[in-house]
Amino acid sequence: MELFTPDFGLVFWMFVSFILLFLVLAKWGWPVIIKMMDNRAATIDQGVENAKQAREQLDNAREEAKKYIVEAQSRQQEMLREAAKMKTELIEQAKSEAAEAARKEMEAAKVSIEQARKEAELQFRNEVGKFSIQIAEKMVRHKMEDSAAQEKLVDKLLEEIEQN
Amino acid sequence: MKLKLFIFTILAGLLICNPVSLYASEDESSKEDQLDVKELIFDHLGDGYGWEVPFAHVYRIPLPVIVKAENGQWFCFSSDDLTEIEITKDRKTGEEKKHLVPVVKNIVRDGKNYQFTLSHSEDNKNKVVQLITKPDGKIVEYRPLDLSITKNVAALFISAILLTLIVMSLVRFYHKKGLQAPRKGLGFFEMLVSFVYYDTIKSTLGENAKKFGPYLLTCFFFILTMNLVGLIVIFPGGANLTGNIAITLVLACMTFVVTNIFGNKHYWKEIFWPDVPIWLKCPLPIMQFIEIFGIFTKPAALCVRLFANMMGGHIIVITLTVLIFIFAAFGSAVAGGATVVSVLFSVFMLALDVLVSFIQAYVFTLLSTLFIGMAVEKHEEHDHKNPEQQAERLSDVAAAIDLNK
Repeated sequence: MELFTPDFGLVFWMFVSFILLFLVLAKWGWPVIIKMMDNRAATIDQGVENAKQAREQLDNAREEAKKYIVEAQSRQQEMLREAAKMKTELIEQAKSEAAEAARKEMEAAKVSIEQARKEAELQFRNEVGKFSIQIAEKMVRHKMEDSAAQEKLVDKLLEEIEQN
Repeated sequence: MKLKLFIFTILAGLLICNPVSLYASEDESSKEDQLDVKELIFDHLGDGYGWEVPFAHVYRIPLPVIVKAENGQWFCFSSDDLTEIEITKDRKTGEEKKHLVPVVKNIVRDGKNYQFTLSHSEDNKNKVVQLITKPDGKIVEYRPLDLSITKNVAALFISAILLTLIVMSLVRFYHKKGLQAPRKGLGFFEMLVSFVYYDTIKSTLGENAKKFGPYLLTCFFFILTMNLVGLIVIFPGGANLTGNIAITLVLACMTFVVTNIFGNKHYWKEIFWPDVPIWLKCPLPIMQFIEIFGIFTKPAALCVRLFANMMGGHIIVITLTVLIFIFAAFGSAVAGGATVVSVLFSVFMLALDVLVSFIQAYVFTLLSTLFIGMAVEKHEEHDHKNPEQQAERLSDVAAAIDLNK
């Protein structure tokens, strides 16, 4: 029965060492460990939360970037289209302007030619008149004595005129 | 390959030790040397004033003996002074044998002679007693107040210091490395702390966990350390600490004190005026009697459960080991077979005891947590907050206890 009767000495020392151990560990041991484990758990949770948020943000940013790219592309397309349109318009305009200018030039040329022609005609007429008058004068002076010759001359002249 | 090596080692060990030659001889003179199995087992399970040196039967590591004599004087002397090594010669073989025999330690103080020795009497067997000579010349034994640092007390100190060192090394690790998680040994220790604290204490006590956590954690790890140190066969271990009722008694008393000091109004109301039909409590205080009885049976169960489990483990292992020497009397073949079987079984039992060490420490902590939890639980209304959870907890406990039986 010796096993079932607690020994006073052992009870005493057990009590003393348990109390001492408890005081030491409760002061410097367990609270530190528990606090640290709590802190670490909180840090890890925070980290996970942060990572999730970061991923969400990244996803958002990627989406936004995609949107921007699409927008930029469409704008580029539009700009290209506009540029092409502008180009054709410019060309058209230039063409029509050139045509207009050419037409005007032609017109002007035509007018000046016409004028020149008229002037030339007029001059020619004047010349012809002068010549004919001179011719007539000469003939008149030269051949006024001979009527036959006058007639001949007149015929000849007329013939000439007709030939012209 | 490894198995072969293992078997070879065992066989070689058998040849070297050769217990057969020591115990096989049947002649009368060696009868006295015959193994006293009962004493051997009880010697191991009990306490001692010295600590055996491994592999040397008669040598003991001396430990201080502290006693208070009959007249109130305190004495402190080495446990070596209580025993002497006596060498006897075998008459036939001439073989020298060493025995440890108790002697009387004489201390003279203030002109008075104080005599201390190890008792042989039934009541104080192997305990230090003071020999007092009565006026009529009769010598009587007086059992002094004995605060000796015995083997168990020394093992207790070693366990406490070991646990403090482990905890402090983890704390130092935290101070050095901040939030980094510890690896290897410290990591395992931290895992145990987190298992006990978060999964057991915090899930049961809730917000009270901070208040009672240190006590319960100290309980768990102190018991676990003592259990495991007790399983180490040689010097720093080997003491049957948690298999000693004094240790478990103190632990259970602690839980008893904590439970009843921190018990709230509801706890005491449940004891003195429980929710039962009035005839069960009014004229005859039947329920009160049962409840008050329950206050004491709970820690008593804690005490006996831990004590019995650990002592049982020690008994089984040492009995299996002693079997070798018992079977030695039947000849070498039987002894050889018995040795192999015994060694295998005791290794298996030791491994099982490691598991039991853990489970018992855990069960003690779990039940202490439950008792404290029931005593401090807040009850705003009379209905139970979550009967399902409580039922689950109770079935957990029941399963844990079943595992041990």
